Amino acid sequence: MNTLRPVGADARLEIEIRRKSFEASRGGSIDVLHDLDFAVEQNEFACLVGPSGCGKTTTLRLLLGLDHDFEGRIKLPGAGEPRIGMVFQEPILLPWRTVEENVRLALPKALQGKNLDHLFDALGLGKLRAFYPGELSLGLARRAALARALAIEPDLLVLDEPFVSLDEATAQQLRHLLLQIWSEHPTTVLMVTHNVQEAIMLADRIFVLSPRPSHVVGSFLIRVPRQSRNPQVRSDILRSFHERFPTQL
Amino acid sequence: MGSLSLGTSSQGRTEKAVPGRNWGPLLTIAASIVVLAVAWQLAAALWPSRAFPPPLDVLRVMVRETAKGEIPYHLGITLCRVAASFLLAIVIGSAIGIFLGSHPRADRFLDPWVILSLNVPALVVIVLAYIWFGLNEVAAIGAVAFNKIPNVIVTMREGTRALDLRYTDMARVYKFGPFARLRHVVLPQLQPYLAAASRSGISLIWKIVLVVELLGRSNGVGFQINLYFQLFDVASILAYTLAFVCVMLLIEILLVQPLEHASTRWRRRAT
Repeated sequence: MNTLRPVGADARLEIEIRRKSFEASRGGSIDVLHDLDFAVEQNEFACLVGPSGCGKTTTLRLLLGLDHDFEGRIKLPGAGEPRIGMVFQEPILLPWRTVEENVRLALPKALQGKNLDHLFDALGLGKLRAFYPGELSLGLARRAALARALAIEPDLLVLDEPFVSLDEATAQQLRHLLLQIWSEHPTTVLMVTHNVQEAIMLADRIFVLSPRPSHVVGSFLIRVPRQSRNPQVRSDILRSFHERFPTQL
Repeated sequence: MGSLSLGTSSQGRTEKAVPGRNWGPLLTIAASIVVLAVAWQLAAALWPSRAFPPPLDVLRVMVRETAKGEIPYHLGITLCRVAASFLLAIVIGSAIGIFLGSHPRADRFLDPWVILSLNVPALVVIVLAYIWFGLNEVAAIGAVAFNKIPNVIVTMREGTRALDLRYTDMARVYKFGPFARLRHVVLPQLQPYLAAASRSGISLIWKIVLVVELLGRSNGVGFQINLYFQLFDVASILAYTLAFVCVMLLIEILLVQPLEHASTRWRRRAT
């Protein structure tokens, strides 16, 4: 059976999933993950990429403790009870609470009453704190979801396609914001995306997953510093990525 | 209000000043009541009978009985019974409804009980309660609450089944405590169902309370109506009924509507 235990503060995120399957509606079971092993070093920004339906979101649900029915082991970074900041595919803000209330409700006891001015200002939400989520555009709602995830000072930041269904300009603006805030307060990040170019812009390391039942086909380390990843460099990195993983995506 | 976009220069929200009260709807309601009273007066004039007194006679009885303290006393007693039965029905019905909505196996087992109790006539419950527990307040209030509980269970069970699991997942990831989960995640989603159960509940309960009073209590509006029925005093029957309806209307305007207004303000601002 699975174990889900936190270890010391300097530990990395380790995922070793032997098997995860779902019951099929017509009986039998469908294997989604099989021998999926990878580790994310402390303060590393890692991306998981893979074909649609390969189990990326399922992996995140196991990691978040939303699903305990799997064989394997997950070691979370952080001491004691690790804090995980999560940005879901949709913002999932409580519509009946204001932006600020949504963020504050997520704060652990130790951070209650924390001054959030800097975070809200950095994300351009300073003047929208009293707004309800329904009054915001999708881009602003995603910023609020990001604010909630960062406000808890997470040991691990998990992002599930956080910029999907945004126009490219808005998505790019949010990627820069994320990088800016993350570089001020580095933490371990695991982001799921189907956009390799996005992964090349943001990540230190990319894990490539196979089709279902999914396992890690290989990892792609990007040593070029982020500030040096101009469009030409990114295009070169993308080419070498495709040379290494020609058929996976 | 339209939604803001990323490119918009974000203007700070200053709470809108409360606009001057719009008297239009209130005037319409007042006009509607006046027309009803005039039609009643005309009908009573065309068909003069002790069984159909004009509105002024009813008003006179209302004033007289109020001055004597009779109406306030009996109205107060009935309102207390309504409030007690309502609270019992909402609390017990909601707890059972939420439990059944989130535990499908328990729901499958208990569903026949719910259907059975939904279809037991109110009168049977009242009579049995008086026989088993005696002609007392507990039996009266319990019988009324029992009549309403199945409706609350069904409404709240549907509401619980419709809870959005994405919010539940979010609350688990961010480690909301049980109280925060109930207050900020579950109850706001159940609010429309709770409002529906309360609205239909209060109207059903006060009608059943009158029957309970008529059958087995020695005070309250139901008891008085039974008394005046035996005296064939229609003006007094209507006076008590009108007094009660007026109080219920005040409760609706001064309590229910402002509460509903406050709990759904996020929805109006978002549209």
